[in-house]
Amino acid sequence: MTELTKLGVAAIRDGVASGAFTAVEVATAFNSNVAKAKALNAFIVETPEKAIEAAQAVDADRAAGKPLGKMAGVPIGMKDLFCTQGVQTTAASHILEGFVPTYESTVSAKLWKAGAGMLGKLNMDQFAMGSSNETSYFGNVISPWRRNDGSNAALAPGGSSGGSSSAIAARLCPAATGTDTGGSIRQPAAFVGISGIKPTYGRCSRWGVVAFASSLDQAGPMARDVRDCAIMLEAMAGFDPKDSTSLDLPVPTWEAGLNRDLKGKRIGIPKEYRLDGIDEDIAKMWDNGIAWLKDAGAEIVDISLPHTQYALPAYYIIAPAEASSNLARYDGVRFGLRDLPEGAGLQDMYAATRAAGFGEEVRRRIMIGTYVLSAGFYDAYYTQAQKVRALIARDFENAWASCDLILAPTAPSAAFGLGEKNADPLSMYLNDVFAVPASLAGLPAMSVPGGLSKDGLPLGLQIIGKALDEQAVLNAGLAIEQRSGFTAEAGEWW
Amino acid sequence: MRGLRLNSVQDLRRKPESGGKMSEYRIQGNTGAWEVVIGLEVHAQITSESKLFSGSSTGFGAEPNSHVSLVDAAMPGMLPVPNRECLRQAVRTGMAINAQINRWSRFDRKNYFYADLPQGYQISQLYHPIVGEGEIEVTLNEKDPDSPTKKIGIERIHVEQDAGKLMHDQHPTMSFVDLNRSGVALMEIVSRPDISSPQEAGAYLKKLRSILRYVGSCDGNMEQGSMRADVNVSVRKPGGELGTRTETKNVNSIRFMMQAIEYEAQRQVDLIENGGAVVQETRLFDPNKMETRSMRSKEDAHDYRYFPDPDLLPVELDDAFLEECRASLPELPDAKRARYEAMGLTAYNAAVLTAEAETAFWFEDLLAQGVDAKQGSNWLMSELFGALNKMGKTLDESPVNPKQAAELLGLVADGTISGSIAKQVFEIMLETGQAASAIVEEKGLKQTNDTGAIESEIAKIMAANEDKVAEYRSGKDKLFGFFVGQTMKAMQGKANPQIINDLLKKALG
Amino acid sequence: MSVDKDTVNKIARLSRIAISDAEADKMVGELNGILAWVEQLGEVDVTGVEPMTAVIANKLRLRDDVVTDGDVRDKVLANAPAKEGSFFGVPKVIE
Repeated sequence: MTELTKLGVAAIRDGVASGAFTAVEVATAFNSNVAKAKALNAFIVETPEKAIEAAQAVDADRAAGKPLGKMAGVPIGMKDLFCTQGVQTTAASHILEGFVPTYESTVSAKLWKAGAGMLGKLNMDQFAMGSSNETSYFGNVISPWRRNDGSNAALAPGGSSGGSSSAIAARLCPAATGTDTGGSIRQPAAFVGISGIKPTYGRCSRWGVVAFASSLDQAGPMARDVRDCAIMLEAMAGFDPKDSTSLDLPVPTWEAGLNRDLKGKRIGIPKEYRLDGIDEDIAKMWDNGIAWLKDAGAEIVDISLPHTQYALPAYYIIAPAEASSNLARYDGVRFGLRDLPEGAGLQDMYAATRAAGFGEEVRRRIMIGTYVLSAGFYDAYYTQAQKVRALIARDFENAWASCDLILAPTAPSAAFGLGEKNADPLSMYLNDVFAVPASLAGLPAMSVPGGLSKDGLPLGLQIIGKALDEQAVLNAGLAIEQRSGFTAEAGEWW
Repeated sequence: MRGLRLNSVQDLRRKPESGGKMSEYRIQGNTGAWEVVIGLEVHAQITSESKLFSGSSTGFGAEPNSHVSLVDAAMPGMLPVPNRECLRQAVRTGMAINAQINRWSRFDRKNYFYADLPQGYQISQLYHPIVGEGEIEVTLNEKDPDSPTKKIGIERIHVEQDAGKLMHDQHPTMSFVDLNRSGVALMEIVSRPDISSPQEAGAYLKKLRSILRYVGSCDGNMEQGSMRADVNVSVRKPGGELGTRTETKNVNSIRFMMQAIEYEAQRQVDLIENGGAVVQETRLFDPNKMETRSMRSKEDAHDYRYFPDPDLLPVELDDAFLEECRASLPELPDAKRARYEAMGLTAYNAAVLTAEAETAFWFEDLLAQGVDAKQGSNWLMSELFGALNKMGKTLDESPVNPKQAAELLGLVADGTISGSIAKQVFEIMLETGQAASAIVEEKGLKQTNDTGAIESEIAKIMAANEDKVAEYRSGKDKLFGFFVGQTMKAMQGKANPQIINDLLKKALG
Repeated sequence: MSVDKDTVNKIARLSRIAISDAEADKMVGELNGILAWVEQLGEVDVTGVEPMTAVIANKLRLRDDVVTDGDVRDKVLANAPAKEGSFFGVPKVIE
């Protein structure tokens, strides 16, 4: 049944619906792939029984002639940031090891309701802080990809949704949830040659998703192609009264609206993204992307997003500031790890618990966030960053006067090797330079494969759209997908 | 434009004394007189069914951790959704003190670690509170119509979450955490440092509590902790520069607050006069020792790192919301008192009846039954208050409700019973809970207008008291009362006093 | 603005994260590197710009005042590291 794991969301859904195969057959096939791929370390918890259970329910519904959901029979991976009732949820942190939620996140509940099943909880950067999946307490996730130079260097699957990207690329699951705070869906998708979309901020409920930076966190799908992303996003999105920042809007029928004809669309090419010393492969891929969109009927226009260079520093004030407060609840009192040294008082217990429970990068970001919010520095850092953020959003607003979509690279390079960027936190942060502006402005943005680097590694093209215009983003993604001829896959070594 | 100044909801205010010097409270030290400067931050629990950001009950006295949702316990991924009623009550309270209502406000996070604070931050409002500047007029002695008044400025009212509760005495090495109160809505009402004596502080707190109860935004119950005050005190030479202040936290009675101020002001004067300096710090009042003491343990590097809560959007109030708030405000104490005076009540009665919402609402209910205002107010203040006092009961616990009282007063007004019989009937009502008319019927207490029967009793009394009749007729007018009393006694109190008067005058000539 | 070791220790205390001397030394360099980099924001002319408050135009919804939640003590206590009857237990706090 190996061929079943070659299928994507749409094909599985349609095959289960038509009776070409059963949902249980699909779940069994993916369970088996998951079980064989320990070397990738993509899962923190495997839940084969959950996948089978959900599949059985779908098969039974089909047999009973009941209507099937949008994701009926599709087994998926669930990023370990989503709280899942009865299944350990850790955000890849020691501090939450053993935490078993008594509740289900809105997004995961919607997916189960749509007929998806859970293969397991996917590894990730701890509390979604990282760009290489090297900050997980449960070990690095390894990308299934290797360079074509014959070296077997372990490569980063990207982050923070590195378990998701690795698992999809290795065909351990046809699709997975991701979350994107500053590129955490798009950059890992780019690193492993798959697609992923971060919808408009507020489309997907944040309720039950372990918070990193509330004003930036947004869930989205990661899958093999654009259509699969559209299907899964429909199942994940929707108004949730339990999230005050949730958008009270109907969910568009993105799959039905897919249209690769871009006639009349203007694609903006932001000059500020063409950095000095830009990677040659990246520049070439970007030019290819421009040509493909032109070929699809779009008009290409040069645009300027003048505050682009300030997006990353603004992000590295705002996100840590929010995180320093969001992560205050991990204190060893109500759930998770407690480290109580002999004779320690309450405050000592907090300090010991948090030192033992949080990984190095998490501790670093909490400290940065605490510092920039502290007395005397708040205006200089946080208020200034929120003003710059407003200017970045204004840049996009101004750009929409002359274009409908923006095309840019997803990341400044192909996947790097594990350990290559660990010495200096800043060099790691710079990997998000193209992803962060859309996050700060809350805009929908997608990464689709754009080709291979000289080393034979996937590169991603990023499409940024107007708020709420996921359809145009998906359509441009589809147009690229159909022209790029990207079919490369990682050879199975694991 | 973020603010909106509302017009006064009540124009019938009493003239405030301009400048507002109400008392010349001074502490006499070795170096001369000292002035006390006081500001109060009152935390008032907003009356609501559910919590500020979750659907858990606010009910008092529940089993530990039973009124706690996953949001209140700050489980991972939980998010706040604000309760409309809590904001509405804060706005109505603001309107009641003629405050600026901010159409645009925002929730901020106040970050600190403590076991009663599950999120590791309190959602509060620092930068943009929902209510801005207002004022409250206080009278040093509410019951004295000649007592001077003073306006105390209100800096702001903001809405925030309450914390949970720690219990320290249930285990030798552990404290226990109960989150039932965690997330209950509070209003923090911050006064200007306009208060200059313990008495003024007491009058302010009483007046504030009365307003909250009128508005219905807080039950004002200090014993249950639904209202408590942080007291800022400093001292200075009269008219001099402001001194360093201390903050005495969580004082939960008016009496304790006044004692805390007295103690704290004296302590500061002694300290300064002995060459010391006041340290800006948080203190605690110990009601057993009647003193304040430093809470230095809690002072440890307080830096709350306030920033706008990114889980919430700004609060934007529209016209309809504000209009409903305004329209639903009841008549407030000052306006009510003025109206009662205009209705002919004495200033004293009007002041007493309006000082507490409970009394005013009871009296209003009585008036709604058609009782004459003067008759009703006199009866309420002498008869009912007297009886409740004897029984040790509050007005809420009164065995006689306004409807029952109105029936009794109606029987007096229409001449069915006399005032003295009414007292007897009222006593029976208090004991048995029976209706006034039933008692009058059962005991045959109806007033009689039977002139024949009265005349016959008058004749008997005059025959038995010939000497007194002679004295009266020779000019000793005072004896008239004696004959009235005798006649009434003979009639067992049931005769119409007016008729007795008329007939006696005729018979005595 | 740059931080020294005392500041790092102060931030660690505020963050309630125990930190060793060696970690503090290392953190001084890292924080200064990051702070020096974010300080380029100071170059941006933000005259007349309001700080962003809502990422996407959206209005705060208000909930009706009804009891819809709570009464889930077992769920609330399910993951507690030190559950004492119906309470969470913490090391004794002296107030």
